[in-house]
Amino acid sequence: MTYTPVAPIVTARLSQYDDAHTLSRAVETGAYSALRRALEQTPEDVHETVKAAVLQGRGGAGFPAGTKWGLMPPKFPRWLVVNGDESEPGTYKDRILMERDPHQVIEGALITAYAIRASQAFIYVRGEMALAQERMAQALTDAYAEGYAGRNILGSDWSMDVTLTWGAGAYIVGDETALLESLSGRRGMPRPKPPYFPAAIGLYDQPTIVNNIETMSNIPWIVLNGGEAFAAIGAEKTHGTRMFALSGHVKKPGVYEVGSGTLTFRDLFYDERLGGGIRDDRRLKAFIPGGGSAPWFFEEHLDLALDPTVVGPAGSMLGSGAIVVMDETTDMVRAAYRLVRFFAHESCGKCTPCREGASWMQTIYERILGGQGRVEDLALLEDIGNGISPGPYPGAGPRPGDAPVPFPPRQTTICVLGPSAVAPVTSSLRRFPEEYMAYIERAAAPVPS
Amino acid sequence: MSRLTPERVALAREVMARYPDPRSALIPLVHLAQEQDGYVTEDAMQHIAELLGATPAEVYGTASFYGMFKFHPVGRYVVDVCTNISCLLAGAGELLEHAEGVLGVRAGATTADGMFTLEDVECIAACTVAPCVQVNYRYFPSQTPESFDRLVEDLRAGRLDADVPPHGVLARVRQQVAPERWAGSGGAPPPIAERSPGPALGASQEGAAAAAATDAGASASVPGAAPPAEPPPQPWQAPPKPTPPGAPPSGGPGERRRPS
Repeated sequence: MTYTPVAPIVTARLSQYDDAHTLSRAVETGAYSALRRALEQTPEDVHETVKAAVLQGRGGAGFPAGTKWGLMPPKFPRWLVVNGDESEPGTYKDRILMERDPHQVIEGALITAYAIRASQAFIYVRGEMALAQERMAQALTDAYAEGYAGRNILGSDWSMDVTLTWGAGAYIVGDETALLESLSGRRGMPRPKPPYFPAAIGLYDQPTIVNNIETMSNIPWIVLNGGEAFAAIGAEKTHGTRMFALSGHVKKPGVYEVGSGTLTFRDLFYDERLGGGIRDDRRLKAFIPGGGSAPWFFEEHLDLALDPTVVGPAGSMLGSGAIVVMDETTDMVRAAYRLVRFFAHESCGKCTPCREGASWMQTIYERILGGQGRVEDLALLEDIGNGISPGPYPGAGPRPGDAPVPFPPRQTTICVLGPSAVAPVTSSLRRFPEEYMAYIERAAAPVPS
Repeated sequence: MSRLTPERVALAREVMARYPDPRSALIPLVHLAQEQDGYVTEDAMQHIAELLGATPAEVYGTASFYGMFKFHPVGRYVVDVCTNISCLLAGAGELLEHAEGVLGVRAGATTADGMFTLEDVECIAACTVAPCVQVNYRYFPSQTPESFDRLVEDLRAGRLDADVPPHGVLARVRQQVAPERWAGSGGAPPPIAERSPGPALGASQEGAAAAAATDAGASASVPGAAPPAEPPPQPWQAPPKPTPPGAPPSGGPGERRRPS
């Protein structure tokens, strides 16, 4: 597989113009023409187009948007919520889309609201993203003033309100049911499942569709070019383009939009047009293929395609498109600790295994890194992980060539935050036990006199 | 210690009107309070509770869940050093140590002159320009110890005032909608008693009705609730595998539906 660039879909406008966020530039380059096209069709036709595109959700779970929309029972009022609470470690694509092409997000949301016959749409933007808040606010203000949103959109008899809402710093709100709690003015704690989909019982207990910012940004293109044209881009089972935020020890970190499933990790890391190689031409030690929640991959995974149907069976996930590269100089215990600390901090506290387990693991890591580690701590870490996610935990085998445990993990918690906290632990412990032992043996050694 | 000013109350009412249920404006309203005072005061939470028809405990209980809300005075500039994985790999641990040295406080503390609060924060979505720092949620990418020193000097001298508003001012641009442009398409959510128990829950009718009866009082007390939404302009067209059109619009446990 070699890397072949494709024409960008969601970054087309923003990669060409620095002022793509303004209404004048956006309209001049075709914004809201898809909305006009959609309003000439019935909502069902628009829904069929998106279904034909097989647009897999870009928030992490990858559930096709068109199918999700079809899960709503025939009840009103019903809501559309756009999830812009992007907080997964390593991820930043939604922020770019909100800051630099907010009208594309709004247009996608309006078309979706039309297709699902929503009563109102909400765009929930992560609190820490001040510029995204400002750009979205300005874009919505302009869209309302110029008749692209609100009453009688584009002179039609169709009206739709879009409310911009602010988060306030909680990773867990990225979970769609937690997002709905937060949007109801409550603590952002995930709801017990079932119901599995807010499509049935969502915001204010009414049918609700929650879609990611990048998912929404694809909708205008799909309406203009057709579902089949979108499905034709990318690989057999994963369609369109995807944004990947490549960070860590590569020469050219950046956010890249590539054909979904059409390139390998090796292409992404080493191709001159993409990552450009490992920093200082060092050796790759490990990489995280789908954000902080994903089990780690290693050298033997470099030739896997960036395709969820390939990455899942190999033991991890593409998740939110955040790829973090670690070279041979990386301290794996410290890297795993930092991610465990993140999950311990962000646990909402609802489920005991996650609330207690993640912070116990953090304490053990602090003990090991602080020179107080014990040999039995390694088994203890595994045992706690097992309590959150009864094993075997997904991931690569202890040695290259060992059979992987396919994704996803099992869980004793309501949402997937708990099992995510186990990913860095098992990933690093299985492959680099000697690094843990080095810390522990250093601790056990007599103090030099 | 202050309640919201009359201008902010007007703004708060405008924000509340954008949601079918005003309670949804709780987080935006707490942001308004933090914007006014730099942190969230007890009086402001009391005031927000009055505006929303909630209890002060509900406002505090919700607000304290979210990391951005401060309940004690903080510095004019809250300096957030991201130390999560991508920034860590780029030297954020060392940068944070440097920042602690320069500002003379540990992460989590405020300088004696009230200028800076230093924080060690989770991923701020700037992973390819690591290590990244936010000051009052404005980005300062690709920091080195030297650039951090300059940043602190510039902030202290007020040279960044145009880019970095005081702490609490989240967005200087607000969504503004002329009243005649607001469609009111969402209306208010139906009172909880009328809400559908929903198909996937599989709750018994008696259980749902009992729960609805318990909740009905709470929903009736929501002040300023607009009348329920008008029905959609066209009848709902059933998706390929629908509930039969004759199914009751509310009540009845309905069938379970899963993705095929």
